[in-house]
Amino acid sequence: MTIVLNGSPAATAATVADLLERHLGVREPHGVAVAIESEVVPRSQWPHHALPDGARVEIVTAVQGG
Amino acid sequence: MAEESTSLSIAGTELGSRLFLGTGGLPHLSLLDPVLEAAEPGLVTVSIRRASGLGEGGLLRTLQRSGVPLLPNTAGCTSAREAVLTARLAREALGTSWVKLEVIGDETSLMPDVLELLEAAETLVREGFVVLPYTTDDPVVARRLEDVGCAAVMPLGSPIGSGLGVLNPYAVEAVVAAVSVPVVLDAGVGTASDAARAMELGCSAVLAATAVTRAEDPVTMARALRLGVEAGAAAAAAGRIPRRTTARASSPTVGRISGQIG
Repeated sequence: MTIVLNGSPAATAATVADLLERHLGVREPHGVAVAIESEVVPRSQWPHHALPDGARVEIVTAVQGG
Repeated sequence: MAEESTSLSIAGTELGSRLFLGTGGLPHLSLLDPVLEAAEPGLVTVSIRRASGLGEGGLLRTLQRSGVPLLPNTAGCTSAREAVLTARLAREALGTSWVKLEVIGDETSLMPDVLELLEAAETLVREGFVVLPYTTDDPVVARRLEDVGCAAVMPLGSPIGSGLGVLNPYAVEAVVAAVSVPVVLDAGVGTASDAARAMELGCSAVLAATAVTRAEDPVTMARALRLGVEAGAAAAAAGRIPRRTTARASSPTVGRISGQIG
């Protein structure tokens, strides 16, 4: 089972929190947001929100910008 | 008293300064603290990008420690759909419903796509966002943005990152006259006199990023822009003299000794 994480194929995970732990090393990282299929997944749902097969997942954060 | 002594309020929130600062382009993150200290900005912008690690964690920590409210932007978005999703992600990530709404229509000129902008603004206002749209210096578009509920409008002085200052002061004045929400000059500021000029034209605030972050000495330029904004606001409140095409002496014309000299 794979997903598309930030535009690249990646192995899936059981939940959004599990994916965050693998991708960023933290289950509930500060200053981060997640969207699946262009819908924001609220932080409160990360621990139990499952990832559908082939899901397009975006994990974003704040960077320097004007 | 002079208007410059009153603080700026957007969507009912009082801001500490009429200079807003963009953080993009700083050569080192270590410069952020001294730049913030020198600029004393009322808002500070950040962008939202795919996270590959938490390496930029220092950015948020520094900004949040400074106490300056964050203004996430939708820079790089080219459609209303993309900008709306970016704003929603920013709200979730940063816990603020404020957004500097940018929808770029052309990768070369970086000019706003005002049709997509208006659509995105309408959607986000409906969702409770405080929307500050980056727009053209067109009073008609500015009024349409106000009509859909934007909390301010941010016309460009000249193209993003160009440092050309306010290319069409008459258009910026027309935008100021057309709307009752605050007008924030965004884009094109290159140096302190550009910021002062924008304030003299009636803008309520100035947003600068590149002018500071890519200056040879960002900290000193941050201070210069703060002073430029202050000077311009004071001048606007003071009421400048009308322009004349001929000279007008400021010294008395009576009692001159010139008639007695050989």
